Amino acid sequence: MNETIPSPKHSVHTTSLVGIADCDIHPELKDRYGLHPYLSKRWRDHLDQYGELGFEALAGGYLYDGYTPLALRRDAWPGEGLPGSDLALMRKQHLDPNNVVFGVLEPMVTLGNGGRNLDLSNALCTAINDWQIAEFVEPEDRLRASVMVVPDDAVSAVAEIEKRAMDARFVQVQIFTGTTEPLGHRRYRPILEAAAHHGFPIGMHVGGRLGSRTASGWPSYYSEFHLYNAFAAQTQIMSLILDGVFEQLPSLKVIIIESGCTWSIGLGERLDMLWQRMGSEVANLKHPPSHYLHQNIYFSTQPVEEPDNPEELNDLFEQIGWDRLMYASDYPHWDYDDPRYAFKARISEEHKALLFRENAKKVYRIL
Amino acid sequence: MHHKPTSVIDCDIHPAVPGNDALIPYMDEYWQEQFVSRAIGDMDLASYPPSVPLSCRPDWRQVGEKPGVSLASCREQALDKFNCEIAICNPLYGGQVAASGLMAAEVCSATNKWLAREWLDAEPRLRGSIVVASQLPDRAAEEIHRCASDKRFVQVLLLAGNEMLLGRSHFWPIYEAAEKHGLPIGIHAGTMYRYPTSSGMGWPSTYLQDYASGTLLFAAQLQSLITEGVFAKFPDLTFVMIEAGISWVPSFMWKSTKVWFGVRGEVPWVKRSPAAEIRDRVRFTIQPFDTSKDPVRVEKLIEHLGSEDMLLFSSDYPHWQFDGDDPMPPGFPVRLRQKITQENPLRTYPRLKETV
Amino acid sequence: MAKHVVGKAEDVGPGMRKVFEVRGRPIVIFNVDGDYFALLNRCPHQSAELSMGLISGIATADEPGHVQCSRRGEFIRCPWHGWEFDIRTGQSWCDPGRISVKQYPVSITAGAELVEGPYKAETFPVSIEDSYLVVDL
Repeated sequence: MNETIPSPKHSVHTTSLVGIADCDIHPELKDRYGLHPYLSKRWRDHLDQYGELGFEALAGGYLYDGYTPLALRRDAWPGEGLPGSDLALMRKQHLDPNNVVFGVLEPMVTLGNGGRNLDLSNALCTAINDWQIAEFVEPEDRLRASVMVVPDDAVSAVAEIEKRAMDARFVQVQIFTGTTEPLGHRRYRPILEAAAHHGFPIGMHVGGRLGSRTASGWPSYYSEFHLYNAFAAQTQIMSLILDGVFEQLPSLKVIIIESGCTWSIGLGERLDMLWQRMGSEVANLKHPPSHYLHQNIYFSTQPVEEPDNPEELNDLFEQIGWDRLMYASDYPHWDYDDPRYAFKARISEEHKALLFRENAKKVYRIL
Repeated sequence: MHHKPTSVIDCDIHPAVPGNDALIPYMDEYWQEQFVSRAIGDMDLASYPPSVPLSCRPDWRQVGEKPGVSLASCREQALDKFNCEIAICNPLYGGQVAASGLMAAEVCSATNKWLAREWLDAEPRLRGSIVVASQLPDRAAEEIHRCASDKRFVQVLLLAGNEMLLGRSHFWPIYEAAEKHGLPIGIHAGTMYRYPTSSGMGWPSTYLQDYASGTLLFAAQLQSLITEGVFAKFPDLTFVMIEAGISWVPSFMWKSTKVWFGVRGEVPWVKRSPAAEIRDRVRFTIQPFDTSKDPVRVEKLIEHLGSEDMLLFSSDYPHWQFDGDDPMPPGFPVRLRQKITQENPLRTYPRLKETV
Repeated sequence: MAKHVVGKAEDVGPGMRKVFEVRGRPIVIFNVDGDYFALLNRCPHQSAELSMGLISGIATADEPGHVQCSRRGEFIRCPWHGWEFDIRTGQSWCDPGRISVKQYPVSITAGAELVEGPYKAETFPVSIEDSYLVVDL
């Protein structure tokens, strides 16, 4: 095993590329009234009085506080407002120095589509969609928006997708990895069909209704919570495959964001092994589960995994598939990946092109 | 080239409780009356319905018989076939999942008595795990103390899915009792179903996904044990992850270590990297070997694990995890065979060295 | 190696930190209870500016629930991923043998000595009344 940690002298020369794609940037509201211009009076008043009806113990805070304030980079606070709310700072700290030419917004403002009052959630989602365009995409044409939808209201979700389908400023449908039931279940199918029909990938970002996070109860620590995000992603992948979503919708692309990716190698092998013996339970599947993993699932690389031998990352990415992986920064969260220094392996120019641009071009149908 | 395996220590086989009738004689008068008068139903685990393909390899299945009930079959199909010098019995029955803690404790105790009488007494190659009810940790500790004097009991058995994460101090009486007697804690695949099998987000629609999701449960438990300080609090205790799979472990080690570097101050009693803790304190049985059997990949897995001491030979008989006569997955380097089949189990289970 | 005058000692008061550029390198100087330490202002992990991080003590424990806080003000926590570095030595807490920040010798020198040379003065005048921070690079 290597004895030394490579210093960040080893950099990925991304300037040789014609800009990079970043599939996970978090815009933020200027303040708690930031969405009000996009909401009707009914919902403004409702929010002021009832707030959002969430799933966890605290009226306003997070059950699992990050180890930095609001789980954000300590150096990303603008003079006023929260990190991610100041476009000028985002440009200065990230878009410009890193030559980001295409950035996908992942809004995690309010509970969005994760609250219990579905009428409120619908109002919030459509407001967030309008807000992304007005305050980020319009002034900054390197950015693109996600269509936030309410998974538990398929009718409204489909309507929202259809409303935005012809607007090229939206590049994906956003669903959190935490849903009421695994996403392969019937109630969500119309949403997935609509996304596939309109060529939208589904961006599945950590968050939403994660419930107890584990099948043996609630974690105590943020140190646990951070690991358990990967469980939700795996649950969704298994359900999407085994419940036949990809058999029905072979063109649907699902991007697993901020949940890691190297676990997918073992997951595919384990599922194939089980399917060899119990495939009769999922008779609709015409192919082994790993087939769908390689056909339909994509991964953002952040937070990049750090094997003991950094060069292993090449081998791991090879096993996952260089065509499956897309760089993400997760700006401005604490576990941000700098595109120059996050990848400690020597990556070939051909693979860099895929990781930093070509895969995103294909998946999001841009550039 | 296939060669007859040298003698092995099989760290995971499953003698099956035929039904409550087999346990009732070992219960006290009150519980006997309860079980009989209420005709309390048999308690096979939903994690292992006897009829699903995984529960029994087809060529081991006897028509009209629950898998694992026959000692004769176990001898022929496993102990003799695999050339077991020793095999550790991990009974999987409903004591551990019962809604009532008191019933759970009674059924677990009866299971342990049944195992000792019907299996350990009858077959000198067998050893047993003490099954305990995590619902009532103090009763579980009493059961550990009761069974510990029988040196054929070599481990304390818990299921992977409980009412809380296993690192929580609620369970510490169990760890204290086990550590006192030098018994490792075995955490075995399976769940109490108190939470959806999906990792908390509603229920998967297939048994296949339920079973595949076991790795998520083990990862959660391992992180809980680490962050709650169980390794610090019980410095002499070893944990064995049984039927947990193995392909998930390297990614887990990297992730847990990465988080520790940045969030260490939240759990300052974790004084060294999670990877180092796992290498030292945690062991894994090899079946199901849920990853590539290519020899190059197997070597890579061992390298990623960072230790040759972590793997324990197992067949998981009669669960269907492999085909053929050798539970040792192809692709394992020959140099590790002796370690995995003998040395590692002997070091992990100190009682195996004692004559009984 | 040469000695570089980077600024006045009083510019970095106790508990404070300040970044200077020396021969193109960003150097952060900390004042820990009157002692000065200079580190490269780049986290060895992903090159974040350590100067933007949190100055803290260190929490230690032998068992859960019994935590000691010590060495207040002696650690810098990277603003991104939170790695803890001992300001006095540059070593990371989690892997001190393998991971550390590059450290530079720094001293306080009276202006009277400096005006005689041979120090490289940066772009400000040195007065004999003040004390200055001098970094070896």
